[in-house]
Amino acid sequence: MRRFEYHRADTLEQASRLLTDLGDDTFLFNGGTDLLVEIRERLRRVRHVVDIKQIPGLSDITYDETRGLTFGALVTVGRLENLALVRQRYPNLRAAFASLGSIQVRNRATVVGNVCRASPSADTIPPLIADGAFIHIYSRTNMRVVPLAEFFTGPGKTVLAKGEIVTGITVPPAGDNAGKAYLKHGRRKAMELSTVGVAVSLTMEDGLCNDIRIALGAVGATVLRAPEAEAMLRGTALDAVTVKNAADKAMEECTPISNVRASADYRRDMVGVLTGRAIKQALEAFA
Amino acid sequence: MKRIVELIINGEPRDMTVDSCRSLLDALRDDVGLTGTKKGCDVGDCGACTVIVDGEPVNACLMLAVEAEGRTVETIEGLQPGVDVLHPLQDAFMRYGASQCGFCTPGILMMAKKLLDDNPRPTDEDIRFGLSGNICRCTGYTKIFDAIKAAAIEMEAARS
Repeated sequence: MRRFEYHRADTLEQASRLLTDLGDDTFLFNGGTDLLVEIRERLRRVRHVVDIKQIPGLSDITYDETRGLTFGALVTVGRLENLALVRQRYPNLRAAFASLGSIQVRNRATVVGNVCRASPSADTIPPLIADGAFIHIYSRTNMRVVPLAEFFTGPGKTVLAKGEIVTGITVPPAGDNAGKAYLKHGRRKAMELSTVGVAVSLTMEDGLCNDIRIALGAVGATVLRAPEAEAMLRGTALDAVTVKNAADKAMEECTPISNVRASADYRRDMVGVLTGRAIKQALEAFA
Repeated sequence: MKRIVELIINGEPRDMTVDSCRSLLDALRDDVGLTGTKKGCDVGDCGACTVIVDGEPVNACLMLAVEAEGRTVETIEGLQPGVDVLHPLQDAFMRYGASQCGFCTPGILMMAKKLLDDNPRPTDEDIRFGLSGNICRCTGYTKIFDAIKAAAIEMEAARS
């Protein structure tokens, strides 16, 4: 493996200082399942890694009915995947977590790490955006909270400034009138990156769709919302014709590229198929 | 920079002196001499290097040796309950011919051990999900499934 220096931070302040002081080739080291691969395959030039896993207070998972689900930066995908609360209240998150890498990878990889890597195909991002999640950011001068939908600026790029560190994510509470789904489409079921990922989170009231968020993965420079498709669905009973028209609209709203995993045309078609299917699956919560 | 890492490997306290950028896999194989854990892809795709750290299976290639400080690591060398006594999974793998070239076997055995510890009577779907991070390049999955199911029955009989 290409050589790098390993630093262990005991506090957020120390980690932040190391990030600013050690120069551009310094990276936070959390689960490491992406970073170590990038170092080994020489995809990223790394001189220093700053291990944050000893920092106290970043491993907690909490849930309450007003604030929702909050988990710290060190919480692994596997821990959340196996939580009864996630299985019951957030089937969309559960589907995304259980489809990421392998069990071995999920025992190391963190959700915050997957989010901060900012890959357009990251499985955890679409359902978190559809749920309206917020991300907590530490800096040495202040803390800020940013809607996850505004966190990404491009593939691998976020609003994080040098020395800023994500400490956790909050997902709003899941009410009894909520339906959620995440569908991942790949060439195989396990150990696969998404060709297309579609997340739908909706709420129903008196048989009508109160609110809906659609988030599309791997069909743009960042995970995208489909605002026009969403507008077509709000206030309707989500009948088959309306859903079909909205799914067609979502196909227009995405901006896929062709690459080794699929062509742009195929991805666009799959957005149409999966958007309809995800809405149907989200509605199963009310069946 | 070299660091001394104190940890427990297969029940024994050990210390390793390692470069801080060394993977746990390389440290186990080259510094500790436990070559049962295999290096397949070295990027977390194949599962050949699966070891159990503090009770959870991980890819030893995707963990730094320095991160194992104070932890408990179980490798294939520790699976045998005693000298000349095989773990029921090892015994079943031999009887069912669930090992062809053998390179994936240590990782699959560690993963199967964890699977049966958590879920003594797994369905085919449970086994498929449990082993989805372990690739057998010889594609001998049918016999691997048969062996795991046979070991599960034997282990349950031994408990009752």
